[in-house]
Amino acid sequence: MPMIPLETVAPVAATGLFSFAWLMIALPATGALLLLLVGKPLERIGHLIGSATVLGSFGVALVLFVQQLGLPAEARAISLPLYQWFTAGNWSINIGLLVDQMSILFALLITGVGGLIHIYSIGYMAHDERRRRFFGYLNLFVAAMLILVLADNYLVLFVGWEGVGLASYLLIGFWQHKPSAAAAAKKAFVMNRVGDLGMTMAIFAMLAMFGSSAFVDVNQHAEHLDPLWATIIGCLLLLGACGKSAQVPLQAWLLDAMEGPTPVSALIHAATMVTAGVYLVVRSHAIFAMSETASLAVVIVGTVTLLVGAWIGTSKDDIKKVLAGSTMSQIGYMMLAAGIGPDGYAFAIFHLLTHGAFKANMFLGAGSVMHGMNDDVNMRHYGNLARYLPITFITFGLGYLAIIGVPPLSGYFSKDHIIEAAFHASPVIGSLALIGAGVTAFYMTRLMLMTFLGAKRWPKSVHPHESPRVMTIPLMILAGLSVVAGLAMNGWIQEWLEPAIGSHPHEVEWLPTPVGMLTMLVVALGVAASWFVFGRSDIPATAPVSRNPIIIAGRNDLFGDAVNQALVVGPVGHLARGVVLADDKAIDGAVGTLVATLGGLSKQGRRTQTGFVRSYALTMVAGAAVVGLLLLLGQMA
Amino acid sequence: MTPAMLPLITGAEVTFWICAPLMVLGALGLVLFRKAVYSALSMAFVMVNLAFLYAAMEGPFLFAVQVIVYTGAIMMLFLFVLMLVGVDAPDSVVETIKGQRLMAAVAAIGLLALIVLGVGGAVTGVATGLAQANAADGGNVQGIAGLIFGRYVFAFELTSALLITAAVGAMVLAHATRVKAKAGQRELADQRMKAYATTGAHPGTLPSSGIFARHNSIATPALLPDGSIAQASVSSTLAERGATVDAHELNQITGGTFAAVTAIRDAEEDEE
Amino acid sequence: MNVDNYLYLAVILFVIGAIGVMLRRNALVAFMSVELMLNAANLVMVAFSQQYGNLHGQVGTFFVMVVAAAEVVVGLAIIVTIYRTRRSTSVDDANLLKL
Repeated sequence: MPMIPLETVAPVAATGLFSFAWLMIALPATGALLLLLVGKPLERIGHLIGSATVLGSFGVALVLFVQQLGLPAEARAISLPLYQWFTAGNWSINIGLLVDQMSILFALLITGVGGLIHIYSIGYMAHDERRRRFFGYLNLFVAAMLILVLADNYLVLFVGWEGVGLASYLLIGFWQHKPSAAAAAKKAFVMNRVGDLGMTMAIFAMLAMFGSSAFVDVNQHAEHLDPLWATIIGCLLLLGACGKSAQVPLQAWLLDAMEGPTPVSALIHAATMVTAGVYLVVRSHAIFAMSETASLAVVIVGTVTLLVGAWIGTSKDDIKKVLAGSTMSQIGYMMLAAGIGPDGYAFAIFHLLTHGAFKANMFLGAGSVMHGMNDDVNMRHYGNLARYLPITFITFGLGYLAIIGVPPLSGYFSKDHIIEAAFHASPVIGSLALIGAGVTAFYMTRLMLMTFLGAKRWPKSVHPHESPRVMTIPLMILAGLSVVAGLAMNGWIQEWLEPAIGSHPHEVEWLPTPVGMLTMLVVALGVAASWFVFGRSDIPATAPVSRNPIIIAGRNDLFGDAVNQALVVGPVGHLARGVVLADDKAIDGAVGTLVATLGGLSKQGRRTQTGFVRSYALTMVAGAAVVGLLLLLGQMA
Repeated sequence: MTPAMLPLITGAEVTFWICAPLMVLGALGLVLFRKAVYSALSMAFVMVNLAFLYAAMEGPFLFAVQVIVYTGAIMMLFLFVLMLVGVDAPDSVVETIKGQRLMAAVAAIGLLALIVLGVGGAVTGVATGLAQANAADGGNVQGIAGLIFGRYVFAFELTSALLITAAVGAMVLAHATRVKAKAGQRELADQRMKAYATTGAHPGTLPSSGIFARHNSIATPALLPDGSIAQASVSSTLAERGATVDAHELNQITGGTFAAVTAIRDAEEDEE
Repeated sequence: MNVDNYLYLAVILFVIGAIGVMLRRNALVAFMSVELMLNAANLVMVAFSQQYGNLHGQVGTFFVMVVAAAEVVVGLAIIVTIYRTRRSTSVDDANLLKL
């Protein structure tokens, strides 16, 4: 892979409407403050406020986007300094926004998809007595996510990074009365901290190397960076990205995170937050351009994760966990593309955007199914739902076609580009990505077959019904996006992003290339295999006992928890017990002895206390005399 | 003799040599008198003398304050409290803490010696005097006022807070909460009658003190019709202190006088 | 006249006051001894005020008097309170804090 530092265009100062870019963040932040601090009085209109702020934010983003379209390519990156955060020594950290070609796309995704999910949640959470708080948390998330993508330096980005982590924690554990939800929230939080360690150390290293954490300075000075340091910073950034984006080896939290309400899974754990890692890698392109090792690490992580995620997806019966595995897998594709370098950046973002649309669509569809099935998530209890939930079926079906890559839906364009770029980079990686595409087709077809087709398997007490309009309309819009997003952005997005991230991808073809043909063939094989296994025969209502190691591994998340237990939790537990023992015996013993000694001495010393004021007066006078004597002696000496 | 050879004796010096020995005597009196009231009077004496010294040292304001505040207010407060609580028996001369007197003497002499050694002769040069400083603002009081309300105004304001706090603190400390309702006239009458019924205590007022030809103070007991002394007619405090006058002696005088008067009257009657 | 004489007088008064605090059991007398020590210190300040020809010493004495007044008020209130509960003004009787 040729690694050459790329020229990117420096941002220009904000003027006109761009001066109001901060409104994008301020609106949902205000919403969160209102909903969480004012509390009860807003109980009845909380969901409307929450949705309105995000839609308002979307409006701002749209206006700015249109403005940017009208500007020449080199003037589209706008920087908006807000104020100086702090200075320490030679460092001065400013808070500022960077509205460039990449961040505006993210802002549109976050506020657009986010807004639709807010509207959907009005219906989904209608019967939850804590709906106002839910919207407060969602607004908090949107605000933090916008800080993350609009920040103009890594430290401010980190504020948003932690903010989304907090919102994710609060929302996964939203139904905190369920022990599983509380545990999942804690798990997500703790595993994210591991990634944050990498993130903070990367920022420290940047401050040490460049004296600044601003994107502009980092991009400008990265060229002269020592390759070793580039590798270190790159790997640390990758660690941060792995934590946030649930990439191997920090993948274990995402499946458990499905304990949260389904809109949360759609917004945070499919469309936006988990893609922050990809954003981070693409944003740090200047660093990765200097280190082939770090880039290779990104590629490996992406490839492994896309296979692991797909593998888990094939064997889960929980519809949300299948989608979560699929999310991991798709983000693996994005990581792979981001790791390939300038050839892949645009495709990573492209796939990120289309994935945001179709995966949010499918998650919300799954939520709609659950809504009709009394919150049952086990696909083995579904079957033949297409008749009862027609709108959900159609919209979900469009998402399905998009993810497996049927032309001309969005997934076809974005994923095929990545596979093609992977083949360009290395045939091995390309082949693995190709296999991933086949497996994707396999498990998504399985999901469709088990959920919407086949014989009905639900108990008599369940009466599946279509969801209300407030939920189906966002589904339709997202389905529409899943269909047209690829066509609309193909070719355009590479050009659009070029000044911001310095990508120079090869020309994209509109007609299938040989690789594209091959991909379609593999996908068709996957669909056929799935139908062969799951479509022809009835599906048992309980999972059959399997001795197939592949299935067992998949059902157990590839033993991710066991690995964590063996490598981290167990040893740390032993260490903690050892420390407690040492504390009890050695330290407490020493302290205890000291205390006993002092206590004994004090008991003796106490006898000098007579309780007679006059004795104390005598002591005082004598003491004064002694001090005077010492002073006199000091004078004489 | 040239004027330079004359010992320069100033008014201040005269005052000092008169007042200083008196002050030392007063201070010794404070420590040595067994009765607290005498101690308090000695203390007041020391303070008045100190006021004279202040006057001699060109501090008319402090002279007045020393007399008014210290001697007038603080010492009177002491006496007031003494009268309230301190009228028990005079201090015993027996020292209860072993070795306290010896140690106190050693410590006091050590302190005295050290301070005298330390400060004696440390200051040289003739006193500047306050004539100029007092004149600068048109007088001693004006000069002090300038300092208090200028440079030390913050400390001055703080002392006001201190005084308020002290007043409130004294009220809080000295205040005793009533634990049961105040007894009214009815209850008191009932109590008296009950006491009379059970112990035979006299329900009426106590007899007043005795009135004799030469004495009518509250220290003189009254006599009952049979000539014996009415114990209830003198305060038990006075009786305890042994401050009462012996009624029999008084009675003898009265009896003698009465006998004389009777004899004269009888004689006059006989003449008629 | 040199300030020395005043100093010696003040030291003597101070030490007599200290002896009073150490030896007298009556709380009121001990308290008055403390006042005597304060007065001795006041005397030193006034003497130095004259020695150096400025009024700061006299102002200091003034403040000592104010603080002494506050202290006496609270101190006497404490003595009255103790007397009310223990029927004694002897400082040796107030020794509940010892073992």
